[in-house]
Amino acid sequence: MKMKLGFAAALLAGIALAPLGASAQQKVRMGVSIPAATHGWAGGLNWHAQQAEKQLEKQYPNLDIRIATAKDAAGQANDLEDLVSVHNIDALVILPFESAPLTDPVREVKNKGKFVTVVDRGLTDPSIQNVYVAGNNPQMGKVSAQYMKQKLNNKGNIVVLRGIPTVIDNQRVDAFMEEIKGTDIKVLGMQYANWNRDDGFKVMQDFLARFPKIDAVWAQDDDIALGVIEAVKQAGREKELFIIGGAGMKDMIKRVMDRDVLVPADVLYPPGMIADAMQITAKHLIEKTPVQKEYVIEATLVTPENASKYYYPDSPF
Amino acid sequence: MTQSSTPESSQPGVGRRALPSFDLKLYGPFLALAALVVLGTLANPVFLSPGNIANVLTRTAFTGIIAIGATFVITAGAIDLSVGSLAALAAGVSIMTMNALSPELGTGVAVVVAGVLVAVLLSVAAGTFNGLLVTKGRIEAFIVTLGTMGIFRSLVTYLADGGTLSLASPIRTTYRPVYYGGLFGISYPIIAFAAVALVGALILYRTRFGRYCAAIGSNEEVARYSSIRVDRIKTLAFALQGLCVGIAVMIYVPRLGSASATTGLLWELEAIAAVIIGGTMLKGGYGRIWGTVVGAVMLALIDNILNLTGAVSVYLNGAIQGTIIIVAVLLQRSGAARR
Repeated sequence: MKMKLGFAAALLAGIALAPLGASAQQKVRMGVSIPAATHGWAGGLNWHAQQAEKQLEKQYPNLDIRIATAKDAAGQANDLEDLVSVHNIDALVILPFESAPLTDPVREVKNKGKFVTVVDRGLTDPSIQNVYVAGNNPQMGKVSAQYMKQKLNNKGNIVVLRGIPTVIDNQRVDAFMEEIKGTDIKVLGMQYANWNRDDGFKVMQDFLARFPKIDAVWAQDDDIALGVIEAVKQAGREKELFIIGGAGMKDMIKRVMDRDVLVPADVLYPPGMIADAMQITAKHLIEKTPVQKEYVIEATLVTPENASKYYYPDSPF
Repeated sequence: MTQSSTPESSQPGVGRRALPSFDLKLYGPFLALAALVVLGTLANPVFLSPGNIANVLTRTAFTGIIAIGATFVITAGAIDLSVGSLAALAAGVSIMTMNALSPELGTGVAVVVAGVLVAVLLSVAAGTFNGLLVTKGRIEAFIVTLGTMGIFRSLVTYLADGGTLSLASPIRTTYRPVYYGGLFGISYPIIAFAAVALVGALILYRTRFGRYCAAIGSNEEVARYSSIRVDRIKTLAFALQGLCVGIAVMIYVPRLGSASATTGLLWELEAIAAVIIGGTMLKGGYGRIWGTVVGAVMLALIDNILNLTGAVSVYLNGAIQGTIIIVAVLLQRSGAARR
């Protein structure tokens, strides 16, 4: 909040000063539109975006970054209009809430001659974007399944906790199921846990009551996984199974680093991808460096060997 | 599922013929609960295992305790939408307090007591604040608490930097038994839930305050002319709701030792649903504490049963929850109306 106010003030000052010494150092304005910090991963996203804002504005004094956070797809569409008409941005970095509803609003921005970088979720019409920094949801499901196959020797009973019914969740789960096809790994049960700790705890308690023997849990998300861990501990069944989460929350990375047997690995879906996208865009805007059409953020498998590389103790996520 | 629900739904009719004075408004929720238990047992025999029942009752405690507070507010003709957000904020502030005080107070019982006190005081203060805005500020309770709902939730998001506030692990070790421990095999949350319900029933049925709540909910003007201090009673009802949130937070924090922007999401709706399923009138004037307890348990049971059975597509969970809630209320209301 304080930062936002300070930012608005800086922006006003920028506008007021613009006519005086404008031509020497033309202000370049970059708008960043992301979902609000309503759950852990989005919280990480916001933190990384703010870090990148500070760092980039220091690096490029004539760069002005405006971050807008939205609670839903409709709110994000409104933000885009404000960024263009009120803040007069030159470039947009957007992590769309949902692909289809935001495709046309982003097209509008593009038609006004702005540079567009899309992050994570693709638009339904990829010709709109100048750059696409892609998160890789199917790969996340696949990498998790591959690790599980190897760790279970292609055989065992598992339960799956899903996120919120969305395209992202479907892509992850479909790829996971595809990868374990043909093995003797059996999915005993599958339920939504809404990327939420409390729901992860509840669903896992019920799975533990329902199934006497579980070899592994695919929680898909680190928040869910933390709830699962508590439920498993309460039931005293830590020896029986292991848990794979996902995203790269610091608590989970720490557990992997400390060789917690319950959490032998984690799969990255780093919220820091927004910072990469902002960096690429800013560099292109100011230094006019050429850009690739697409950058893919890998869903890296985090094991005790490489965990320290992905540990950000200062991040809230 | 259809097979089992048919004989159940005809049961109240049978009961009415046999006992003409049978009060469905009073016993309806209990019948619905019995039906749900049968349904659960048919879905999976594990349902009746002591472990599962203990799990479900323990996790009902949070929303159940909050719903008992909500029974007073709703009986008095008001509504409180801010309880879920307040629970998140109180949990967050409590965690931050304990972490901050641990250098001075250590990681023992003292620091936990301090954390609990802060949570309870903050909750009561917030409840009173809601109450004063409604009574002195003359604003509709719906609008006041819609506003504070947003305020409390964004405050906790702000405090947590958008992420999660976690209790330092030595303090957690001290605090953990409050959720996971118990007396004579009954977990503390269940004991707390029962105690709050008992005290709530005493207050609502046996004290002047309880009767005044119903009088105000039934007709505020008449209550005012009967020299009931309407503003004071209403504010007190909101403060009581705050206290209940504080107690719920006290047993919520040791479960996962964390609070974030998603803590207590939609608890307000769950609490209101529990109250209404229990037979309390949404428009006020008539409240039932034990009905509320049953309502809260039913809501938790529905979730539990859906998790215990693989028969229904997970995509339909919400539809089944909705149907059961509507049928449960329909059952008692239509019976009560015909009588």
